[in-house]
Amino acid sequence: MWNRFLTMSCLVTACLLPGATLLAADVPHATALTAPISIAPYQLPADNTMPDDEFGKLVRLGKRIFTDTGKYAGKYVGNDLSCSNCHLDAGRLANSAPLWAAWVKYPAWRGKNKMVNTMEQRIQGCFRYSMNGTPPPADSDELKAIMSYSFWLASGAPTNTDLPGRGYPALAKPAEPPDFERGRKVFARNCALCHGADGQGTKADGKVVFPPLWGKGSFNWGAGMHRINTAASFIRANMPLGKGGSLSLQDAWDVAYFMNSHERPQDPRFAGDVKATDKAFHQHQCRYGDKVGGEILGMK
Amino acid sequence: MNQNLTRIPLLLLALSASPWLCAASADGRTIATQGNGKGATACIACHGQHGEGNADAGYPYLAGLPVAYIKNQLTAFSNGTRKNAVMQPIAASLSQQDIAAVADYFAGLTNDKLAGSAATSTDASGKGAVLAHNGKWVAGVPACFRCHGADGRGVAPHFPPVVGQPEAYVRNQLAAWQTGTRSNDPLGLMQSVVKSLSKDEIDAVARYLAAQSGK
Repeated sequence: MWNRFLTMSCLVTACLLPGATLLAADVPHATALTAPISIAPYQLPADNTMPDDEFGKLVRLGKRIFTDTGKYAGKYVGNDLSCSNCHLDAGRLANSAPLWAAWVKYPAWRGKNKMVNTMEQRIQGCFRYSMNGTPPPADSDELKAIMSYSFWLASGAPTNTDLPGRGYPALAKPAEPPDFERGRKVFARNCALCHGADGQGTKADGKVVFPPLWGKGSFNWGAGMHRINTAASFIRANMPLGKGGSLSLQDAWDVAYFMNSHERPQDPRFAGDVKATDKAFHQHQCRYGDKVGGEILGMK
Repeated sequence: MNQNLTRIPLLLLALSASPWLCAASADGRTIATQGNGKGATACIACHGQHGEGNADAGYPYLAGLPVAYIKNQLTAFSNGTRKNAVMQPIAASLSQQDIAAVADYFAGLTNDKLAGSAATSTDASGKGAVLAHNGKWVAGVPACFRCHGADGRGVAPHFPPVVGQPEAYVRNQLAAWQTGTRSNDPLGLMQSVVKSLSKDEIDAVARYLAAQSGK
């Protein structure tokens, strides 16, 4: 539900946001994003240093799954997305929820399911919500491959450390509360070129190139990206591709609000009642259970 | 009412409309092969009999490009947002109708370089291949194939194919985005992408892209 935006302070929001770093919340947003994006304090390994052995095979498979999830882990995927749609540069890019920064922070307690999650469980959550699919078992080749790829990317990184660039940088509140109509205009101007006039995404040769942002091919109501603040943070840091940081703070919030005011696949925790699901799982900055254009979001 | 009867006028309408459609595409072919008689010379003189381009001279192929992309380029040549001594006067001599017709014509031609299914590799090595497949994201450079399609054969309507074009052409375009002699890119995406590419990187990626094509 959306009224949380009006009642929660920015700091509290940043604490609840699973992908955001507390470190980034202390950095003034305007300067943080116009400066060159700093990479981890160590060198990420290059692809051609993937080991030439059984472990290396899994690392390669992990990268393939990351960039073309439907092709390499199709039985666990229920939409048109790939991991790399939200974790840019195949999970390498700082401020785009990079895998190396996540690797060193798990196991960790998560407010989302109120328990300590292993890295496997965290990845399974991505499949259940962001990929609107089925969690791959911990001993499946697919999950072992993503684990291996993450581990390899984090080569040399200090464990149990909040690395700079983890998650998406938390955003300050906008001057004006986010607005649907303003967001529609920001979308038409900056996003529709790739994501389509109706957010349906763009395919070439039957293959998704630019992902659908809502509707049945997109992430479901349980995914982190359905939260306005998470989406605004990702968008401001990374969109449009190659022009991260170019949208104003207000534009990022408005367009995130617009994007997430559309219907998408049901929250898999739904047990027959939108109100109850809203109350149990959506006490944060989102539009689930809100009325938009005469329809309650989350009814489909 | 008998539904078959209602279909007859529609059928007649369709038949009577089709010669007009053929005439429109013939216009495109005429301009492409003979020019428009108003200052625009024949496209095929430089871009090849079948729009296949001329690798030695660095003239790009036009066959199979997205129709909207061709239109946008001709419009950009005529309004100066894409500067080119040869193309600007030619584009300025084309009417809006001419542009639409010639764009339709070349978009409809088959192009061997864009046919078949290209192998996609995610384990690229070599500077050009790495830029094409992986990019240099830390410097704000997405992979070429991120937006131009997994095998670089374009994503209509806005992202043209980038594989199989002459090496000199690709190099010149990347340089043109950098110097600003080409500024007709939607959202300024290409101008932004090329900002941090070195001359070496431009050479490498142009060489790599030119060498790729449909199998």
